[in-house]
This record gives sequence, C-alpha cells and structure tokens, in this order.
Amino acid sequence: MAQFRVCPDSGFYFDRSAESLMKANAVAGAVSLLIAGILGLGVILTRWQEVHLLPADLFYQVLTGHGINALIFWIIFFEMAILYFASSTLLRTRLAAPRWAWVGFALMIIGMVMNNIAVLQGNSSVMMTSYAPMQAAPHFYLGLILFAVGALIGCFVFLGTLVIARDDRTYEGSIPLVTFGALTACIIAIFTIACGAIILVPTFLWSIGYIGHIDAAMYRVIWWGLGHSSQQINVAAHVSVWYLIAGVLFGARPMSEKVSRFAFLLYILFLQLASAHHILVDPGISSEWKVFNTSYAMYLAVLASMIHGLTVPGSVEVAQRAKGYTKGMFEWLRKAPWGNPVFSGFFFSLIIFGFIGGITGVVMGTEQINLIIHNTIYVPAHFHATVAVGTTLAFMALTYLLIPVLFRRALFLPWMARWQPYVFSAGMTLMILFMLGAGTLGVSRRHWDMDFTGAALAFEYSGTAYTMMGVAGVGGVLGVLGGAMYLIVTVGSLLFGKKLDESAGLFQGFGVPLAPSVYNVDQPERLPMAPKLAVEQHGSGGMEAPGTFVLALALLVCFVVYYFINWDYLASVWPLS
Amino acid sequence: MSSFLPPSERIWWKTPIGKEEVLWIGIALVWCLIMFFMMPYWHIYGKQNLSNEAYQTTAPRFQARVDEMVTQYKVGEEAGIPIVKPPAGSDVYMLGRLWQWYPILELEKNQSYRLHLSSMDWNHGFSLQPVNINLQIIPGYEMVITVTPDQAGEFTVVCNEYCGIGHHLMLGKIYVKEN
Repeated sequence: MAQFRVCPDSGFYFDRSAESLMKANAVAGAVSLLIAGILGLGVILTRWQEVHLLPADLFYQVLTGHGINALIFWIIFFEMAILYFASSTLLRTRLAAPRWAWVGFALMIIGMVMNNIAVLQGNSSVMMTSYAPMQAAPHFYLGLILFAVGALIGCFVFLGTLVIARDDRTYEGSIPLVTFGALTACIIAIFTIACGAIILVPTFLWSIGYIGHIDAAMYRVIWWGLGHSSQQINVAAHVSVWYLIAGVLFGARPMSEKVSRFAFLLYILFLQLASAHHILVDPGISSEWKVFNTSYAMYLAVLASMIHGLTVPGSVEVAQRAKGYTKGMFEWLRKAPWGNPVFSGFFFSLIIFGFIGGITGVVMGTEQINLIIHNTIYVPAHFHATVAVGTTLAFMALTYLLIPVLFRRALFLPWMARWQPYVFSAGMTLMILFMLGAGTLGVSRRHWDMDFTGAALAFEYSGTAYTMMGVAGVGGVLGVLGGAMYLIVTVGSLLFGKKLDESAGLFQGFGVPLAPSVYNVDQPERLPMAPKLAVEQHGSGGMEAPGTFVLALALLVCFVVYYFINWDYLASVWPLS
Repeated sequence: MSSFLPPSERIWWKTPIGKEEVLWIGIALVWCLIMFFMMPYWHIYGKQNLSNEAYQTTAPRFQARVDEMVTQYKVGEEAGIPIVKPPAGSDVYMLGRLWQWYPILELEKNQSYRLHLSSMDWNHGFSLQPVNINLQIIPGYEMVITVTPDQAGEFTVVCNEYCGIGHHLMLGKIYVKEN
C-alpha cells in the first residue's frame, strides 16, 4: 500500500503516519498556546497596576500555568512536529516506529493534562521553576515527567528516522541544513530531558514522602539544566525554521554550509552550560565557575547566534540579488513580500530575537551585571523577546506555510493572517521594552502587588515604574490580540478553510490523514543534492550581502553601547566585595 | 532552496567561506573576548563583586546568630520588628522568612559591614531598592558579602523570589545614617 503523498504546491513528500503525527502535535501545541495566551492576559492585566485584575492566589496560579503551557507544552509539541517534518518529510523517508511515536504523543498529552489539573486544583502554584523546598502536588511533577518521557520517545523516533533514511539511501550526500539544525535541537533536547529526570524524579519522590530532603541550591543548579536548556532547543529549532522559510520563500541557499553547520555545532557544545547564568547571584558558587560558564560556554554560543544572525538574512539577500533586486543596500529587503505572513513573521522573529532578546540575554548573563537585574521583571522581558517572539513567531510563520502544505487547506481570513505578525510583534515589543525599563528600575518579577498593600513596612516605586508597567500592559494586551488572531486563522483554516485535496473529513485536521486516494506514491525518488551554482560567488572580491553586513554592524553597535551602559549603571550601586 | 536539500558539494566542509562571513566571525569573536575580559577586569578594578564566601547552615543555627546580634545592638522597633545598630565594620545578619526580612538594620554611610544573609524556609530574593542590588537567598546556605553603603537614607529590601501567597508583603528596611 502506498504510504506517501506528494504535495503539488511544495513538492514535499509526506509519509502518512508522519503526517498524522505532525498534525496531532501541531494541534496539541496550538491548544497549549491558547491556554497560555488566556492565562497570559490574566498575568499582564494584573501586573498593570491600574487594572490589577486578579486576586493574589489566582494570580500566582495563573502565572504558573502561563509559564508552563507557553514555555514547555506549546513549544515542545510544536517542536515534535518539526522533528518529524525535518526527518521524514525533508529526507523523503518513512517514519521510524510510528506506534512508539504515538505512545510518546499520548504520554505528552497525559502529562500536559495532569500538570494542568494540578495547577488548576490550586495546590501547585509554585511557578514553572518549582524551586524546592516549596512543594507542589505530586501529580504536578509526575505530569512533567510523563511529558518529558513522551518527548524523549519523539527524539528517538527522529533519530531512528535519520538512520532509516541513511540505510535506505533516500538522499544523496549529507543531510540538509534544516535537518542538521533539527538534529542539533534533538541532541540538546535529550540533554535537557536527562537533567529534568535527574532533578524531577527525586523531587516527585520527595513530594510523596520517599525522600526526606532536597537541597535547595542543588535543585536550582540542576533544574536550570532543564529550564534553560529547554529554551536552547527552541533556539536550534527556530533557527532551523528560519533557514527553512528562507529556502522555501526565496529559494535561498545557505551562504556557506560549513559556517552554518559549525554554528549549530557550537550550540551543542556550549549552549547548555550557559544555563549557569541563572545562578550568578547564588551563594556557594565560585566566581571562577561563573566566569567560565558565562564566557567560555555562553559566549561561544552567542558567537553561534551572531553567525546565524548574519547568514540567515544574508542568504535571503543573496537570493534576492540574484533575482535582480540589486539597487543600493536594501532593495532586496524593501521588495521582500511584506504582505506574506510567512515572511513578515520570519523577519520580525529574526530581528526581535537578535536585537532585543540576544543583547539583553548577554547583558544580564554577565556575572557582575546580573546583580542589578536578577529576578527583576527585566528577566521575563528578555525571554519574551527570545521565546515569545523569537521562537513563537517563527513557529507561527511556519504554520502559515504548513496549513496549505501539511493540512491541505487554504488560509481562513487571509487578511487577518497578513496583519497578525505585525500586531503580535508590535504588542510584544512594546511590552518587552517597557518591562525592560521597569526591571532596570527594580520592579520585581513574579510579584502580585507593586503597591505592597497590607505590608507591615511600606515602599513605593517611582512613578516612572508605574507608567512603564502600564504601557507594558497595553503592549501585552495587544500581543494577546495578535496571538488570538493566529489561533483564529489556524483553527478557522482547519475547520472552514477551502479543501485543497480530497479530505478525510473534519477530523483530518486533528491527526487523521487525508482521503486514502491521495496517497499514491510507493517510494519517493531519491532526494538530489542542491544544484551547483553556475558561477562560484564565494571568495570573490566584493561582498555578496552588503546590506546584511550593515544590519549586522548596526546590531553590534547597539550591543556594545548597551553593554557598557549597564556596566556604568552597575558602577553606581553600593560597593560590594 | 538548498537549505532543505543536501549540500551541493559532497565535501561541503572544504568549500571556501564568503568574505563577509569571515569578517563577521572575526568581529564577533573579538567582541566575545572583550566581554570575557570585562569580568576578570571588574573583579580586579570594579567595586561591585560578589564574594565567594558562603557556608552551609541550618535555620536554627542562623536564627541564633541573628538573635544574638539583636539582643546586643537593638536600638528601637518599627512595626514590631527590632531596629539594630551594630558597630561599623562588624558582622551583621539579616534573615528572610515567610514573609519578613528580619531585623531592620541601621548602618553608617561609607562604613563597610560583613552582611550575612540566609533563609529560614524557602528561596527568597534580596532586592535592595531603590539601589537595585539583587541576590538569591537559599535555605541552608549563608551568603556573606561586604557592603559599603555610599548613600544615606531609607532603603527597602523587597523580596523578589516568589515565596507564596504573602510574597508581596515581604519587605525589610536598611537605614543608612550620615556619620
């Protein structure tokens, strides 16, 4: 029985079971995003002090759920879909052990539901970090463990699929760059899940009384091996998505396979160690250890991101120039398809991740500068730039690509899709910038009441801090609106979008494959190597992508200036030694 | 299109690299090195560094040392919390617990103190405002830093690590007096 279909629009071959798994994971991710978004609205409307919507207990409960659903469930479900796509679809091969993949998916769903129930019951408002000795209900930890085991199975299915593709020789030469990036994400994911197991299994046993004591400092060190590395999976995954989108939209080829792959390799070697920047102001950890992990480990990963920051838009520029958009520095960018949400989402994700997320991350990850930033609202501002815009918007852009290709539906309300990346980026950027400002003024994160109503002693933040939190509130609401537009378009497309192929009915969008007649390919042709360039452009005298180089220099200038401003600010606080 | 196709060269790791990439990698590497050297530089020439001094402790042991300081140097009380004025240059203690920083410290401007911090129960965050110095306070560990307040006035310790439903009630005070 034939198990592949070829998408007439994109030319991608879809293995039937891989396709269903991608759909199911993407839909589960979107459901998590929906939960995260609704809870996020509660969070931002409470932090906006003039509105101050929720009571304290509900606020902390909502904040816990928002963090876990957004940072773990949404992202990892979607990444599973990306792993299956980057292995089975891109390499034109059958998926390894689809039954195991479904078992993994089921475990992830059970884990997600279990964890959400624990939070909903109200005894597990411990935040995503769940720092021991603050204790949550046992099924809070168990849910996370089951989810992680499910994700681990997905990682091994991905690796198995790569092995099958290699054995069956379904492609010529080396695996494509996007698959290479997904492999990077998968390796980091396995490391992440191992850290999670090392800390969450004992914590679970402690919560049911089998273990007497969890050391609070040790918990933080190992938990961050899970907590931050999980965000490194995102980086590797969304950089791969950037390359994929650049390839699909522009026919862009990596400027240099060697450089881009080397940058991914740097992620594998160093990114996880960078998790140390969460414990820069903890007792009991030496300066040497902090400096080593910050500089040697984190900066080599930063180097990798700076490389991708040049090569991704650079590859777009080269492709655009080859099409004749050669006027001046930026015609290639001005004439890009700004009305296509796949492009605008991709490009805003790239810019906001680099300029805001990247720079703030390095600054606050500096050993001494962390003193003026640790646990202020600056921290969530930073990771909203990296994850909520960088990763999430890249995945949103990819969704607009996948709805016709994977789900075989036309976009529902295309005008809304067109505006979505703009509304989401504008709102989130507004929120992020003003949260950064408020954090610099000392406003703390994870805090219900910046008025400290009812406290025995009194303290008042400056009026500017209140204004900033208010503007951040407006931005956050706009961001949630942008998120809602995304969900309306995606869910609407699955339910009401015009069918592009014979469909298996309503449920095909939720994991069921298309009608059997669509699958008419027994074995796809072997994936050829990319065509050679007619003229070898590399190594010639001029630059291929001068516009991108100028953009990169602009990034560097912002980076340097902002970095030293923060040292200057640090120099103004009380001397410590 | 080759981002999702196998590289056009079988031996892709031997292809030459474009000019802007080489240049950019060089610039980025130099910048990373500068950022690395800034940290040791600040350890030597900068005035804001954390000490590496920390001890494992227990809540009762730390509490006993706090109480000892309070009985010896208590000078007043505010909102039921003792105000303590230890001599300049001495060891001073502050503990975090649900939901209070204890006791209130009165320090002299431009004098150095060895400040000991620990938590009696969960993680807490020592966030000195409006100066904006932020430290992680972990139960079972005692952090020791030498502080030299260089401004006089009233300073507040906000708890900035989530510690349960009364988190927002958890404030402490440090008064710095001109000498």
